Amino acid sequence: MLRPIFLKALAMLASVSAVLAQDEIVIGEFASLTGGSASFGQSSHKGTELAIEEINRAGGVLGKKLKLITEDDQSMAGQPATIVRKLIAQDKAAAILGEVASSKSLEAAPICQQNKIPMITPASTNPKVTEVGDYIFRICFIDPFQGTVMSKFAQSKGWKKIAVLTDVKQDYSVGLTECFIRDFTANGGEIVREQKYSSGDKDFKPQLTSIKAAKPDAIFVPGYYGEVALIAKQARLLGIKVPLLGGDGWVGDSLLKVAGNALDGSFFSCHFSADDQSPKVQDFVKKYREKYGETPDDMAALGYDSAMILAEAIKRAGTTEPEKLRDAIAATKDHDGITGRITLDAQRNASKPAVIMTIDNGGFKFLETVTP
Amino acid sequence: MSDQIIEFLQQLINGLSQGAIYALIALGYTMVFGILRFINFAHGDVYMLGAFAGFYTAPRLLQLFGGGPSFPGATAVLLVAMLACATIGIIIERLCYRPLRDQPRLTVLITAIGVSLFLENGGQYVFGADPKSFPEIITDRALEIPESWGALSALTITVGQVIVVGVTLFLLFALRTVVLHTRLGMAMRALSFNPLAASLMGVNTNIVISFTFGLGSALAGAAGILTSIQQPSIEPLMGVNAGLKAFVAAVLGGIGNIPGAALGGLLIGLLEAFVVGYVSPTYRDAIVFGVLILILLVKPSGLLGKTEREKV
Repeated sequence: MLRPIFLKALAMLASVSAVLAQDEIVIGEFASLTGGSASFGQSSHKGTELAIEEINRAGGVLGKKLKLITEDDQSMAGQPATIVRKLIAQDKAAAILGEVASSKSLEAAPICQQNKIPMITPASTNPKVTEVGDYIFRICFIDPFQGTVMSKFAQSKGWKKIAVLTDVKQDYSVGLTECFIRDFTANGGEIVREQKYSSGDKDFKPQLTSIKAAKPDAIFVPGYYGEVALIAKQARLLGIKVPLLGGDGWVGDSLLKVAGNALDGSFFSCHFSADDQSPKVQDFVKKYREKYGETPDDMAALGYDSAMILAEAIKRAGTTEPEKLRDAIAATKDHDGITGRITLDAQRNASKPAVIMTIDNGGFKFLETVTP
Repeated sequence: MSDQIIEFLQQLINGLSQGAIYALIALGYTMVFGILRFINFAHGDVYMLGAFAGFYTAPRLLQLFGGGPSFPGATAVLLVAMLACATIGIIIERLCYRPLRDQPRLTVLITAIGVSLFLENGGQYVFGADPKSFPEIITDRALEIPESWGALSALTITVGQVIVVGVTLFLLFALRTVVLHTRLGMAMRALSFNPLAASLMGVNTNIVISFTFGLGSALAGAAGILTSIQQPSIEPLMGVNAGLKAFVAAVLGGIGNIPGAALGGLLIGLLEAFVVGYVSPTYRDAIVFGVLILILLVKPSGLLGKTEREKV
């Protein structure tokens, strides 16, 4: 008896606050603030938050303030669907920002598409994400590009034999592996061993033992930083001295904390480098350091860009009406973002440059920029 | 010697060190089952608490022994974690299981699942859900294998692996001594034969049961530290999978049987390494739990267990 009344009261409260919030535009954000990919979620959230604050300080958009409502999906499968439904139904979000991990974005995208609420993912690189429908956008490059960049890089180094170690639980990792192998073998390279693991694994010695026996020139490990750090450590323990190659999933604070010097001489592709000397990047780095006391990484920069592109689109649309907002986002052209010049193509994917980083003496180092 | 043989031996070493961890955890399941005839499903989470006890105390303990990673420092961390887990195990038994001792076994079993969920979610709340980097208490590096060993010098054996296997063997031996050659051990055995008769003979069942929980939990705590030396990334849900695997190991060896638990642990560790290395990591868990089903179908008493007829 008590329960229905309580629920009704809650529902009433929610509708009252929705009415009160008329002079605000609600932006829903879902992110992994805790759990296995917390480092991603925390960074992208901080970047997004910084952008929203800046926009509001400059007077907001359409004369209204932006209100960011962030929900934590705990890096757990199943959570994004629940919280995105909540953000749309209860908080009446005009648009959704998130996630970094492709598997989480793939969970949320169909819900946004169904409800006709535009969703912009800052960093999900798996092609399938935007294929869900015309309300789903991304402002980062996609796996084929990243896999190809690393394959080309391996070829430029003269490596002929590569082993791959894939996280089969992550669409991101599987996607990168496919694209890497396709390009690498098409250009005369050889994949000498294909090994797999699952997110959350801690012991990789069996896989690495098998890889060691294949004597590769380098190992492609397109996983996330948590496992990659352990893989690197255990690879060195087993006497594997060849470089590891990876993608933007490596970017995370704890990568080097856990791996120490084990990743020295390895390479990965990503979206952004704080060492980039362009004034726009340096200005962002300065503001971010002032607010959070740390150096922004890729995910922070992408989170910032995603919020900025959304705000710009709302301005251009002149309304938050879903259909008009969707068209405005789709029309994004030459947005001068922190992570480069961003143009959205007909598939709602961003075309933009990638950065190749190396690890030297336990620290990240900018190597080169690769344009598509 | 061909590369294949080296790879095989290397997988054997990998499996052995992982199996040692499972063996340590499996002992706790089996000892509690031997005495109380129920599965303490919270046991895997005690293993997790052991790792976290080490995580929080290691920096200070290492300070006492000169700061950096050192053998005495690591020993101290190991002992503190074991002590902490023993205390936690005794408290869990006292608060959650003892009040239910006269209730049907199913009640205690369900309570154990509740305690497990409490520790997992409480752990996420208190420690945070993100993985923590375990401090380096001992430097894990590859041992130099002399060239004189010929082709075998291509093998890699790490300090961590040697420590894990060595400490496990030592603890197994110590446990055997306690169970076979002390009065408390004798009381434990008496209790596992017949609790009523044992108590009529003047055995203080409460103390013996507390002792058993303490002992089993201390071993789980040791496993938590030993794992963290090799895989220095810990999180509050690390006990779920490890606990389940160790449970399978205990059943495989014959639940209630101490040497059986050790054997089962090693076999599961080896099986995992070979499945991952030669079949596919995707099937690792499926095959391990398939073994559980198979053993329950073919020989429910386990490899070393005695067939016991249910008394009427």
